[in-house]
Amino acid sequence: MPTIERNFITPPDIDVDTTSDVATEEMLVNMGPQHPSTHGVLRLVLRTDGEMVLEAVPHIGYLHRCAEKIGENLAYFQYVPYTDRMDYLAGMNNNVGWCLTVEKLAKLEIPRRAQYIRVIMCELNRIASHLVSMGAYGMDMGAFTPFLYAFREREFILDLFEAACGARLTYSYATIGGLTHDLTPQWIEKCREFLDYFEPKITEYDQLLSFNHIFVKRTANIGILPKDLALSYCITGPMLRGSGIPWDLRRKKPYLVYDELEFDIPVGDGRIGSLGDAWDRYFVRIQEMRQSIRILRQALDRIPGGQHRIALPRVFKIPPGEIYMETEGARGQLGFYIESHGGPIPYRVKARGPSFCNLSIAHELCRDCLLADVPAIIGSIDIVMGETDR
Amino acid sequence: MSPSDIAQLILQRFGPHAVTASSLDTLHPWIAVPAAHWLEIAAFLRNDHQLQFDLLRCLTGLDYPDRRQLCAAYDLLSFDLGHELCIKVSVPRDHPEIPSVAHLWRAADWHERETFDLLGIRFTNHPDSVTDHLGTHPRRILLPDDWVGHPLRKDYAFPREYHGIPGSVELDWAQKSDYPK
Repeated sequence: MPTIERNFITPPDIDVDTTSDVATEEMLVNMGPQHPSTHGVLRLVLRTDGEMVLEAVPHIGYLHRCAEKIGENLAYFQYVPYTDRMDYLAGMNNNVGWCLTVEKLAKLEIPRRAQYIRVIMCELNRIASHLVSMGAYGMDMGAFTPFLYAFREREFILDLFEAACGARLTYSYATIGGLTHDLTPQWIEKCREFLDYFEPKITEYDQLLSFNHIFVKRTANIGILPKDLALSYCITGPMLRGSGIPWDLRRKKPYLVYDELEFDIPVGDGRIGSLGDAWDRYFVRIQEMRQSIRILRQALDRIPGGQHRIALPRVFKIPPGEIYMETEGARGQLGFYIESHGGPIPYRVKARGPSFCNLSIAHELCRDCLLADVPAIIGSIDIVMGETDR
Repeated sequence: MSPSDIAQLILQRFGPHAVTASSLDTLHPWIAVPAAHWLEIAAFLRNDHQLQFDLLRCLTGLDYPDRRQLCAAYDLLSFDLGHELCIKVSVPRDHPEIPSVAHLWRAADWHERETFDLLGIRFTNHPDSVTDHLGTHPRRILLPDDWVGHPLRKDYAFPREYHGIPGSVELDWAQKSDYPK
């Protein structure tokens, strides 16, 4: 049996110059694309000096399917299922974003009942998406338990989606001109039950994770995003609001029936670390869940009767024109650019994914930070690679 | 400011050649500017106190083979003033060069890389450029560095093989029976 030298303590009589024999060579460290804390197939090349990251270069495209080329070959209806494969954690928001853009281009007016149902679905999906974000972020920081709690609550939302449209992840529930199915009164009761169940759970998350000492130590004062940098990179969604900017398209440029509903826009205030740090971005999402519950309660109370969709011809053509429209998705502003040349298929489709733009700032945030902070920063951006790569 | 006021402001500042076409009272108001003037007009849009277009929301590349043109559409928004406008820059298809605006809007960095990758518009003086047999152009972002062609061009031919990986049959969508007519 070979013996292992276990005496690592330097004998006191040997004079060791601790400055000269320490190698300070820079090293390139590859992180990803298969790494548990990169939330998908994101690859980062880190230039490190010991524990310090001097530079981080993100490489994306591992999930590229050229969804925009597919869009040039499909009818407007047929593209709906491709949108929920972009941001697969918030498929409803993507469906609604695409349908609203097409409807605006085609100058269609959809029934008020459909508008309310779309708001309900968007907000439910926003909660589900933020739950995944919160749970996975806790897991990145070494807290496994909140992940299980978050998925337990998310399961209720997925059950509600399944009852409404039959799918649990890729819904295609919204369609051009309304929705594929109507909601039943029993569904609305179930949804109210869920809200009563879910609201106290948010306090539980605060106790479990938000103000947990270890979690705060890992996230406060990390990856600080100043306001002017955020605007220059066109950062949107909870990440922008985490820097203290109350910008939310649901309030600034209201679509659907958001202008009839009361809710606040939570912003980061630097109450634990500095304004715009990873903790602020995380906590904006927690507060947004409360606001989504407020929106949901109002929408469920006010949902009118009537049709849930309008009848459209089977071959649906849009007169020549173009449009760019953004909606507030779970991660930020989801924009669609459509150019129509008059036929049943668009001439050009472009999707502006919020994750794509939000991730483009990663190299600024990961500069001169500790290696262990990189997962804290990437996790706080809350990316979905399906949408980044499209 | 309304789109027509903004167009008027650009015309006053840069003369009648600065705006080559416009469509101002539609769903998506846009003005077209020549690539030669784009850099100074972009700086004006970004920094003028009446305009303050500080958000580059989206950059869309478009291919028009019948006009032999490639076009870049910049969707701009002013955060404080709230007005929005789209600026289109068209370049010939055989010489598609547009000056990069990544120093004005940092968001343009990745958008320009994507537009080069998928449409082949070369943005000159891009901060993340590489030089190869195609000349100097932004580094590809979504596709591998050695990919041939630009998929969103209308005449793009799907590769039959890539590093020994066979491609599927060439996609001829219009021949499919369920293709919308």
